[in-house]
Amino acid sequence: MGKISIEGTSKTPTVLFDSDAGLMELKGRSIPENSIEFYKPIVESLDEYSKGPKAATKVEIQLEYFNTSSSKCILDLFKKLEAIHKAGNEVLINWYYEEDDEDMLEAGEDYQAIIKVPFTMIEVEEE
Amino acid sequence: MSFMNLNIYDFYQKMESNDIMLSFKGDVTAEMLTSMLQIMETKLENLGEGSKVKRKVYNVLVECLQNLYHHRDEMKRKGIDEESAAIFMIGRDDSSYNIVTGNYILADRVSKLKSRIDQVNSLDRDGLKSLYKEVLNNDERSEKGGSGLGIIDIARKSKQKLVYDFMDVDDTYSFFSLYIKIPQK
Repeated sequence: MGKISIEGTSKTPTVLFDSDAGLMELKGRSIPENSIEFYKPIVESLDEYSKGPKAATKVEIQLEYFNTSSSKCILDLFKKLEAIHKAGNEVLINWYYEEDDEDMLEAGEDYQAIIKVPFTMIEVEEE
Repeated sequence: MSFMNLNIYDFYQKMESNDIMLSFKGDVTAEMLTSMLQIMETKLENLGEGSKVKRKVYNVLVECLQNLYHHRDEMKRKGIDEESAAIFMIGRDDSSYNIVTGNYILADRVSKLKSRIDQVNSLDRDGLKSLYKEVLNNDERSEKGGSGLGIIDIARKSKQKLVYDFMDVDDTYSFFSLYIKIPQK
């Protein structure tokens, strides 16, 4: 299967999805006005991937900012991952937050409470 | 009031005394929104604001401005041109950053928005967290991804009650103002 590689902008994250390696990364900012449009190809690729996933899938989310419109799209991604996990595959989501960023920590905890997938919160030092 | 009678010194004093960092009246387009966010990011950087407060202010700004943007978009789609503009201001005092937004809203939409804000104001931290998760997890959303999460998110991040006002303009429109305070802790 293919690869998705999208370079980040001041409003959209750097996205890497390597389906052969079972790895997805979202980094930077996710504050587009139209988040559905931005996330559509990523959700579609993950949907395609879910038909024949790797034994282990790892997802790294390291966002500086994300808006509420992105939050629903990120949940869409997580729900697809939940389905992959439910089908008996290993899935791990790593959620990174800067040490003093209580809002990003809380946002991760909100997803952790909704999605039934192993979810690790990782504190990183401020840049 | 004619333009020549506009007391610009009075304007200046009001903006100065509220330490207005940015003020805008007009159509909140995508380009305008991007520019305003860039200006504010630079200003917050130059003020040497700590990362915690800077992040909160920026996050709340994004939600406020995108609310105005999506609202304008919706008005335009309904063929409403004249009343699609908005006003936005951000200032600061010794203890907080203060944001105010104002826009026309169709009168028949007032009660729904009012009850959502009242609901948000009635909740404590845990209540807001539950409501956020509930709205996040329901399937309702507009075609561009707006979902009514903005107001809840603003209340959670600012940790303050939202102050608002609806002023009747005529039978069709009401003018909605929203005041947000973000403490500088």
